[in-house]
Amino acid sequence: MKKSFFKNIFIALVFTFLYLPIIILVIYSFNASKMNVLFTTFTFSWYKTLFYNKDLLEAFFNTLIIAATSTIISTIIGTLSAVGLNKYNFFGKSLILKLIYIPIVIPEIVLGISLLSIYTLTKLELGMFTLILSHIAFSIPFVIVSVRTTISKELNSIEEAAKDLGASPLKTFMLITLPIIKPGVVSGATLALTLSLDDVVISYFTAGPGSNTLPLKIYSMIKTGITPDVNALSTLLLLATIIILTVSTITQSRKVVTK
Amino acid sequence: MKKNNLFKAISIIPVIIYSITLILLPLLYIFFLSFQKNDSYGGIIYELTLTNYFTIIDLTYLKVFLKSALIGIITTVLCILISYPFALILKNKSSKVQNLCTKLVMVPFLTNSLIRTYGWIVLLRKNGVINATLQALHITNAPLNLMYNNIGIIIGMTYTLLPFMILPLCSAVFKIDKSLIEAAKDLGASRMQIFKNIIVPESISGVFNGSLMVFIPAIGYFFIADILGGGKEMIIGNLIKNQFLTARNWPLGSAISIFLILITFILVKIYQKLGGKMDDLGGM
Repeated sequence: MKKSFFKNIFIALVFTFLYLPIIILVIYSFNASKMNVLFTTFTFSWYKTLFYNKDLLEAFFNTLIIAATSTIISTIIGTLSAVGLNKYNFFGKSLILKLIYIPIVIPEIVLGISLLSIYTLTKLELGMFTLILSHIAFSIPFVIVSVRTTISKELNSIEEAAKDLGASPLKTFMLITLPIIKPGVVSGATLALTLSLDDVVISYFTAGPGSNTLPLKIYSMIKTGITPDVNALSTLLLLATIIILTVSTITQSRKVVTK
Repeated sequence: MKKNNLFKAISIIPVIIYSITLILLPLLYIFFLSFQKNDSYGGIIYELTLTNYFTIIDLTYLKVFLKSALIGIITTVLCILISYPFALILKNKSSKVQNLCTKLVMVPFLTNSLIRTYGWIVLLRKNGVINATLQALHITNAPLNLMYNNIGIIIGMTYTLLPFMILPLCSAVFKIDKSLIEAAKDLGASRMQIFKNIIVPESISGVFNGSLMVFIPAIGYFFIADILGGGKEMIIGNLIKNQFLTARNWPLGSAISIFLILITFILVKIYQKLGGKMDDLGGM
């Protein structure tokens, strides 16, 4: 009895550690005092000022645009690549298979500076385009790996059967491969979206003077002085995350039930 | 036949173009830059030299490397110390609880890492929540220095990277056959023996996977060192960032990056030698 009590306390402590900084921000987003030290009175005013903070909102929308675009493109390329790399042999395949792991393992900063260098070399102007390109660059390998986990020997033999029955490769892909690898595609896309929304390091090197993302904006605000409307925005983002996660969990468990 | 080639082209050409233009060429260019000179205006003089590599074996740089390694190792060990008991306790719970807990580990990490790091400032600073609480409870008389030093960096790194250890370790520990542990118990094995002879060997791949995914970012995440170390404390990440954006000595920054890539490759090779699979590194 006593032992399981201490075990549960340990789990609770780990979750306290994980959630403490977030809970603090949520609480302070309702704090009237600007200094964030003592909780004075309850207020919604930071949520109002948030809607007048043009810089912060612009950075937020940039982040959304970059995340949406890079997730869609990297999911398409990543999924096709995973299938293609499984199906076909070609010259240099072993090199490609090694290269795609590099963005997963090397420190993000190295990828960031190497992309910055190549953009400078090719005189590509830093801005939204380079940001999206860089986010695609670090997301594709995660999508490929995620899709690969759902490609099995059984899938290969079903594809083979479809081919023997006269289905074109595209038809096979759309009607057979895609439905089977769907879980891998979805988790790959989720991973790409999360990585893009959260990225600080690579964006830091590949953003131009006119293109700010939310993480970069907050980074510069931490240095110059953060305003409590950032707490309000964080709270709203957290709320959105929890809603999306709950909805996806519920729909997933419903599917299991109906099956 | 023609259609077959078309699908082959669609599925292969993008990944070839991608991996060559956005991975191979940038890294080769960095490698090339690391052997060039820089002029005092931040430009590059194209002249083969080993100067940059001689510069980084200087004592001031070696100190930063050593310190980064130390911060990385401490962070990794702390993550293992938190994750192992966490995974082992959850192993005895129902799969429903296990699922819920691993999901709950991920939720904070779907919010922005900078926002969370900022949350730590509010908690750790001199007039922050933790110090205020400790003083109100009369546990301490004066505020503790919890940030703008190495303690702050280690707390921030451990916090940010913990899920990369918890998740692979949980999936490894959950897979261990319960009957194996039962059998050992029946034969009179002590808890320590079970841990040493069954749990560790069966879950070591998860530990290696997690260690790699914790240690490598921990030596590169300059923003955590910047924010919670107060800019005084430097890790390799800060060194590279400064050479590229402040000092504008790209060749030197490239040489440090090549050094970092070398360390990464050695660690990955060790991971593979120990039986780790590359595909396991990408999943969350």
